[in-house]
Amino acid sequence: MAISIRKLARQARELAPGHRACAGCAFPSIIRIVLSVTDDPIVVVNATGCMEVVTSIYPYNAWPVTWFHSAFDNTGATISGIEAAYKALVRKGKIPADKKIRFVVFAGDGGTYDIGLQALSGALERGHDFLYVCYDNGAYMNTGIQRSGATPRHGATTTSPAGKVIPGKQQRRKPLTEIVAAHDIPYAAQASPSHWLDLARKAEKGLLTEGPAFLNVLSACPPGWGFPEEKTIEISQLAVETGFWPLYEVENGYFRITFKPKEFKPIEEFLRAQTRFKHILNDPKLLEDFKEDIKREWERLEFLASRPRPQE
Amino acid sequence: MKSWKELEPAPFIPEPCTSRAIKTGDWRTRKPIWHEEKCNHCLFCWLYCPDSAILVKEDKMIGIDYDYCKGCGICSEVCPDKCKAIDIVQEVK
Amino acid sequence: MPRIPMTGNEAAAYAMMQINPDVVAAYPITPSTQVVERFSDYVNNGECQTEFVPVESEHSAMSACIGASACGARVMTATAAQGLALMHEMLYIASSMRLPIVTVIASRALNSPLNIHGDHSDTMGSRDSGWLQFYGESVQEFYDHVFIALRAAELSNLPAFVCEDGFILSHTLEPVDVLDKNEVAKYLGERKPLYNLLDTDHPIMAGHLSLPDSYMEHRRKLAEGMMEAPKFIDQAYREFAERFGRKYDWIEVYDPQDAEVAVLIIGSAAGTAKETVDLLAEEGKRAAVIKLLVPRPLPVERLRKALSKFKVVAIMERTDSYKNHGGPMFSEIAAALYHHDTRPILRAYHYGFGGRDIFPEDFMKVFNDLLDMASGKKEIPETMNYVGLKED
Repeated sequence: MAISIRKLARQARELAPGHRACAGCAFPSIIRIVLSVTDDPIVVVNATGCMEVVTSIYPYNAWPVTWFHSAFDNTGATISGIEAAYKALVRKGKIPADKKIRFVVFAGDGGTYDIGLQALSGALERGHDFLYVCYDNGAYMNTGIQRSGATPRHGATTTSPAGKVIPGKQQRRKPLTEIVAAHDIPYAAQASPSHWLDLARKAEKGLLTEGPAFLNVLSACPPGWGFPEEKTIEISQLAVETGFWPLYEVENGYFRITFKPKEFKPIEEFLRAQTRFKHILNDPKLLEDFKEDIKREWERLEFLASRPRPQE
Repeated sequence: MKSWKELEPAPFIPEPCTSRAIKTGDWRTRKPIWHEEKCNHCLFCWLYCPDSAILVKEDKMIGIDYDYCKGCGICSEVCPDKCKAIDIVQEVK
Repeated sequence: MPRIPMTGNEAAAYAMMQINPDVVAAYPITPSTQVVERFSDYVNNGECQTEFVPVESEHSAMSACIGASACGARVMTATAAQGLALMHEMLYIASSMRLPIVTVIASRALNSPLNIHGDHSDTMGSRDSGWLQFYGESVQEFYDHVFIALRAAELSNLPAFVCEDGFILSHTLEPVDVLDKNEVAKYLGERKPLYNLLDTDHPIMAGHLSLPDSYMEHRRKLAEGMMEAPKFIDQAYREFAERFGRKYDWIEVYDPQDAEVAVLIIGSAAGTAKETVDLLAEEGKRAAVIKLLVPRPLPVERLRKALSKFKVVAIMERTDSYKNHGGPMFSEIAAALYHHDTRPILRAYHYGFGGRDIFPEDFMKVFNDLLDMASGKKEIPETMNYVGLKED
């Protein structure tokens, strides 16, 4: 479909108001974009986390589509069971074969990079037909901002505080999108709501892809990152323009970078805008590490993207 | 809240969008004011409002739903510089 | 119907093939592995139309089963020991979401040390998770209960374990009178789910968050479900007897001599105990066996009725609950009898851990001790009575 904001608005499916997400939270707009690029029936599986908790407080359901939650670590397995039931019931003639239902997971970086990685990996390997959307805010936000495998190096969280001896998280962020792509699935991509058309196109591709598809979407978090709540989209844009959050897609193993500025903005602009990174600006060694991590990731992505595609 | 006898037979909510019963508008300490004459109806505010509080009808923005607006200010920030159709003002209650 | 020699695992897989569930999500673990292997043969040879999901862990197995069952599908799986323990968080979710999943368990000891042989530590460790539990004494009984458990589960909207002692039944050939597949389909009928995620014209939210203002009411609802389960289990038994001619009950009392002493036991060892009762009768001694087939839900009234005539009853358990007061059933049965006017003296026994065999000689010793206690000649300690343990 040719995507425009007006088209999305016309067939909008979005969270109903009245949910308890923080003022300025990014993921409601991620949900809006993903759900609105198609009008096929959708079943959502949500992992335990911010999104699940704020939208499902009994009896207040903020979702406009069918929604299921069972636990934190198992959305990959849960969606596999749902998709299997659908296939079985179609095969037995209990559901009409032309009733196409889209199976979509929404899980945070906690439920994806860490505790949910095994279940995701199994679902990818088995080739179930689903789209997995990770909303990545870089920490276990729902329980109060603890470090996750997605937290960038030197990022301050409550379990990796910027202390006098150890200045924040000491490990680099897990390159999860690449790990997912390495499962040799049909489609994986990284996106940001700031670049809405890129996200919408990737969401549509992911939904229409037969087999496993994965989207890792940056989800800026005002309390977790430490920025004023009106700056959510601006910060997401800065994340992309400084190179911190590369936008790319992987189709059947072939990488394509979907956005690269002619010149990256200085990373200091991104760091300065958030309290979780302010200690980095005061220490040249930490700043050097942070820049090095971004450079390292880009070198790898550029190399992967340089692989020539077979002639169509 | 229902008694246990009146409850659904398992933990499910049988209707979508029942969160509308909670008026999160009372969270705000500041509110957006929309100037219709400056608006070019790009709908970026609708796209990015976390609380579905930007009302759209037939491709046009028609207003702000103050029952739910939490006053985050994103709408004002994403409104294009050439329009700046939404101001944020302190709310006095 | 034909009588076929089958191991417990083969019988379970065969039963599952006859049931033709919509989804089976399972992971192999000794001694249940052959259930999944044989079932995969049936699926891949087109003998049933089940969507088989070869998940990457038992936790994922139960998670996938829960997702599938929430779509109104008929769902089954199989596991044992560490696999069941790994599913543990999901077991509570299966029952509280009222999903009638049937899990075949080849009961096996829990680590540590590692032991792959039969005992009841795995299933007894999950007794508070809101699942119905059925234990077969023989392969025949276990095979029949796969169908009974599914019928009872779907009527009561609660999940169920159907258990065979690991290796002892799972890997032992016994003759099985198999049922007719079409009669099985009639017996089971169609599942009537409480909700269905795939009914996307009516979008629902299942598995919401409940604050302190509603969680307790939701849980009271689950307790109500378990309180209604007995009548559905009775219905499943009654319908099975009517259609297939084999009559089962929650508790089977083997008391040919009108004895004063008895052992209460679950699983395959009940058979050995009954043999010993007959051997004792030849010596002019009277003893009885109370076999508990359905310990969950706890059949309080039936236990009171079955036990109250006896003077001394040994509660013999193939596990322990490490609370310094006997095994799990000892405490539950004592509590069930506590307020009853007539009740026997109870003694807690442990036997058969990690596949340790129990022989008629062992039961002889237990019965003789019970007889001596009943006649005032001997005092048996209340707890810590081990059978077949190397004491020194």
